[in-house]
Amino acid sequence: MNNTLSQSSPSTFDASDRAVPRSDGPISTVAQVAQAALQEPVAGPAHLAARGLLKSYRKGPIGIPVLQGIELEVREGEFLAIIGQSGCGKSTLLHLLGTLDQPDAGEVVFEGHRIDNLPQSARDILRNRHFGMIFQFYHLLPELTALENVLTPAYIAEGILGYWRRRKEYRQRATELLSLVGLEHRLNHRPREMSGGEMQRAAIARALLARPRVLFADEPTGNLDRASGEHIMQILRRLNEQQKLTIVMVTHDAWIAQQSDRVVSLVEGRIV
Amino acid sequence: MYKLLLCWRYLRTRTIALICIVSVMLGVATMIVVNSVMAGFTHEMQTRLNGMLGDIVLESRSMDGVSDAAKHMAKIRELAGDQIVGMSPTVVVPSLMYINVGGQMLPRHVTLVGIDAQTYATVSQFGQFLQHPGNREQLQFQLREGGYDVYDHQVDEPQLTMPRKQMRDAGWPHRRYKNRLAKQQARQHVALNPSVIETDAAKTELQAGKNEPATTLPATVNPFAQLDSVATGRDFDPNTEQHPGIVLGIGLCSYRSADGADHFAALPGDDVQVAFPTASLPPQIQSGSYTIVDFYESKMSEYDSSFVFVPIRTLQQDRGMFDPETGIGNFNSIQITLRPGADAVRVRDVLRSQFPAQQYMVSTWRDKQGPLLAAVQMETAVLNLLLFMIIAVAGFGILAIFYMIVVEKTRDIGILKSLGASGRGIMGIFLAYGLSLGIVGSGVGLGLGLAFVTNINRIADLLGQLTGRPVFDPSMYYFQEIPTIVEPVTVAWILMGAISIAVLASILPARRAARLHPVKALCYE
Repeated sequence: MNNTLSQSSPSTFDASDRAVPRSDGPISTVAQVAQAALQEPVAGPAHLAARGLLKSYRKGPIGIPVLQGIELEVREGEFLAIIGQSGCGKSTLLHLLGTLDQPDAGEVVFEGHRIDNLPQSARDILRNRHFGMIFQFYHLLPELTALENVLTPAYIAEGILGYWRRRKEYRQRATELLSLVGLEHRLNHRPREMSGGEMQRAAIARALLARPRVLFADEPTGNLDRASGEHIMQILRRLNEQQKLTIVMVTHDAWIAQQSDRVVSLVEGRIV
Repeated sequence: MYKLLLCWRYLRTRTIALICIVSVMLGVATMIVVNSVMAGFTHEMQTRLNGMLGDIVLESRSMDGVSDAAKHMAKIRELAGDQIVGMSPTVVVPSLMYINVGGQMLPRHVTLVGIDAQTYATVSQFGQFLQHPGNREQLQFQLREGGYDVYDHQVDEPQLTMPRKQMRDAGWPHRRYKNRLAKQQARQHVALNPSVIETDAAKTELQAGKNEPATTLPATVNPFAQLDSVATGRDFDPNTEQHPGIVLGIGLCSYRSADGADHFAALPGDDVQVAFPTASLPPQIQSGSYTIVDFYESKMSEYDSSFVFVPIRTLQQDRGMFDPETGIGNFNSIQITLRPGADAVRVRDVLRSQFPAQQYMVSTWRDKQGPLLAAVQMETAVLNLLLFMIIAVAGFGILAIFYMIVVEKTRDIGILKSLGASGRGIMGIFLAYGLSLGIVGSGVGLGLGLAFVTNINRIADLLGQLTGRPVFDPSMYYFQEIPTIVEPVTVAWILMGAISIAVLASILPARRAARLHPVKALCYE
């Protein structure tokens, strides 16, 4: 765990390298659509912002409100914790911010661009190249080794030939990231051969592969013992401090939340 | 990239995929085996039919035939001479044949065909189906001294077939032996039953002193006993003389036991009696004795058990189809063989236009065997349809199993979507999975099917031994072995069909996977 978080290789999944169109020609590809959305500022200086987010789930004829007008701003390089009881809607909020789901009303703005109403394919690209996500239950693919799991975003981004051409570069970065989280000895182990803490660290490495601009963490320590949880928090803090990585974390644990720069509370679907 | 990787991992780690592979494999193997056997049967049958019938047949509509085959053949040659390799006139008449077996006259309904032994070999493979090597070279309708085939000469490995032991003595030795035996029996019969002296035949025999009897059997038993001496006007010596030669279809006087051994009721050297209508009006029933000179075995049981062949000249004379003044006989049909690659239908149409349909019938061998060929074709089509439905059932199995895999992998699908995988990409995983299962299953099925086809006769024998009942009864088909032909085009269609079904079956589950909401998939328990 003495590795630094320096950027050792400049190219992999670099958003400025891959996603920004280099010409002013007609917008044709999905990647260009996503970028075009990012190029047209809507408003505000915040890195990531939620404006009046409403979300309810429908259970038969009854709509159950989950988020009732969320106003939230996350600044660049900030480590924000959202704390709340189970069922208060914090995971839903995280999904909306990370474009996994769409709000009923309101908007999500990323770097001045509205992203919640982008087409599905553009949101896929955002998640693949600009956002990293870690979950309470790690969500590694059981058929793949730790190294392959970390490489999954690259597999998704690239075709066979593209990946084949840059495979050394990708593998080097994935190996470095696994070393960074202390899993250099677990490269070829499957998730079922790893402990919960190790799986979560592998998940963090996977989330970092694309050099994301925001890392979303959904109860990252919720399924871990205290020691493993602290280990994960150390990693997240260092990522935030050394790489200035913007982190949005939701948790129900006040002690975990205190490790962040700023804590906001979510009560009954509203930020208080 | 991840599609292929995950597809490969799912293929390797999910034993349930094996079930899909096995079902595709069995379907493909079965279809290959059935199609190969059906193609083998069809090919064998067509070869034999064509071999027997020639390419085109010009027939007279009258059973009495039309006069002057040479003139007709000259006209045919004039019309389509460049297409024709050989022609031969025949006389065809339905007849009743009697075979003498142990004193009993066994009747057989036969089609009596008068052929010109010199030219008939040019229009059919008739010669190749005979049992004496000399007759295969050139049929003379003369009884041979011996040397008839004991082993079936038409199979690849004759020594492996059951020997026809009775054929060892066929020919003149058999004729002499039978004659000796008959004389002994006749003497015993006379000694034990003096009353037979009352019969005309016995009287004749006694009056002739030491002369041999005209018949080989007691006259009370054989209704044709007097024919020989009456026909020739002198005493007939069966030891040194023969009647006009006749070639019998092997099925008329033999039967095959389940172990593949042939048993004969009559052999070359025995006499048969044939009764047929004359060409006069009103028709009379004419009888004649013939000596079996050979058997022919086309291995088509329909022909082998109904056709008998005699010299055309003899039949023309016996039926009164012969003008004694001009020496020109009538004929019923002319068999025509075309050069390889010739268009039989075109030649048929040319001939049809020149020979009036009121008097003549011109048909290709396919026309004549149309219903049989159509029936075999229909059988193949129905079998394929049924088997394809079996593969379709396997397809539904794949569909069900894929649905299970999609449900099982719901959370993984959510993970991939959270990492930016598109719905189309997720769909691709399962379509590639279906394609892989189809390819692997078809590939293994292809190997299994070809191995089965190669060893089908050994497998049939083994199954026969295990069950105690022969799977393939040679006595029913007159094939010693199950014929098979593997047609690459058919195999390619089968493989493509099976792979398509596997891919089609994976479309629904793949669509379901593609449409899963990432959040719901991630939270799926």
